[in-house]
Amino acid sequence: MSTLLSTDVILPAVVVFITAFAVIKKVDVFSVFISGAKEGLASAAAILPALCFLMTAVGMIRQSGLLSVLTDFIAPFTEKIGFPPEILPLAVIRPFSGSGALGYYEELCQSLVPGSFAERVASVLMGGSETTFYTVAVYYGAIGIKNGRNTVPAALSADIAAALLSVLAVNLFLGRG
Amino acid sequence: MGFFFFAAAAASLVFGIMSGNIGNVSAAVLEESTHAAELSIKLLGSLCFWGGMIKVAEKSGLVELICNLLRPLLLLVFPKLKNEKAALGAISMNISANLLGLGNAATPLGISAMKELHRLSGFSGYATKEMVCFVVMNTASLQLLPTTVAFLRMESGVLKPLDILPAVWFVSACSLFIGIATAKATFPKGEKP
Repeated sequence: MSTLLSTDVILPAVVVFITAFAVIKKVDVFSVFISGAKEGLASAAAILPALCFLMTAVGMIRQSGLLSVLTDFIAPFTEKIGFPPEILPLAVIRPFSGSGALGYYEELCQSLVPGSFAERVASVLMGGSETTFYTVAVYYGAIGIKNGRNTVPAALSADIAAALLSVLAVNLFLGRG
Repeated sequence: MGFFFFAAAAASLVFGIMSGNIGNVSAAVLEESTHAAELSIKLLGSLCFWGGMIKVAEKSGLVELICNLLRPLLLLVFPKLKNEKAALGAISMNISANLLGLGNAATPLGISAMKELHRLSGFSGYATKEMVCFVVMNTASLQLLPTTVAFLRMESGVLKPLDILPAVWFVSACSLFIGIATAKATFPKGEKP
C-alpha cells in the first residue's frame, strides 16, 4: 500500500520543484506561466478537428465487430505460442481505445485468478503499452500533419511486440504462477 | 489520412451489417465527434497548465539541466537534433513526465516538442523521421510505475501487485526499441519533402 501511495507525491513534488527552481533563479513565474499557458490554449483548439476525424474512424471500427473478427482470426496463431486466449481481446483493443482496454482489464481482474499466469500477462500488457491511435491523433493533430508516413505501422509493430513479449516476460521473470 | 478514414469507415459499414452491430456503428458516427470535443476540453486545462509550467522551467534553466542529463540517450534516437536545443529540451521534458507516469503532463509537453519538430521541418504537412520516432516513443509506454494497473491488481486481491515491474520494464524497453528500429528502417526515402 505504501509503495502505491508514495506515487501520489510525485505530481505535487514536480510542481513545487519547478516553481522553487524558478523562484531561486528570479524568474517572473506568473507572467512567464501565463505566456506559456496561452500557447497551450492554442494547441487545444488545434487538436479538435483532427481528433474528430480520427476518433470517428476508430470508434466505427471498434463498434463494428471488426476487432472480434480480427481476434478470432489470430487466436489459433497466438494460442500456439502460449498466449492466454482470454486476454487476446485486450491485446487487440489496447491500441484503439484506452478506456475500452481499461474496462476490459477491470473485468479480467475480476474473472481471472489473482496472480495467475493469465492475470499477470494481462497486467504486464496493460502496464507496458499505450493507446496508440489516440497518441498519433493528438500529436499530429496539434501541428496539422496530414501525412504521418510510417508512424502507424511502426507504432503497431511495437504494440504487437509488446503483446507477444508480455508472455515471454511473465515466463522469464515470474514463472507460470 | 484520407484513405485511412475511408478504409476504416467502409470496413465498419460492411462488418457492422454482417455482425448486426450497424446500430452501434451508427451511434459511433453520431457520438465520437462529441467524445473528441469532450476530450479536447478535458485536455484544455492541462494543456494550459503544463504549457505554463514548461515555460517557467525553460526560463529558469531547468529544462536545459534535464536535457543535458538525457542528451546522450536522446542523441542515439535523434542524431539530427544535435544542435537543436529547444527541440531536445521539449523532448526531454516529455520523456521525464512519461517516466514519472504523469500522463496529463506528458501530452502537453509532447505537443510542444512536436511544435519544435514542426518548426524544424519548415512547417511541412509531412511527418519527419524525428516526428515518427518521437510519436512511436509516446505510443510505447515509458512509465516506470504503472500505478493504475497496480491499484486494480491490489483491489482484485493480488498479494504483490508490483511483482510485475521487471516484466513491465522488459516489455516497455523491448517494444520501444522495436518500434524505433521499425520507424527508422521503414521511413520512406527520397519522397517529398
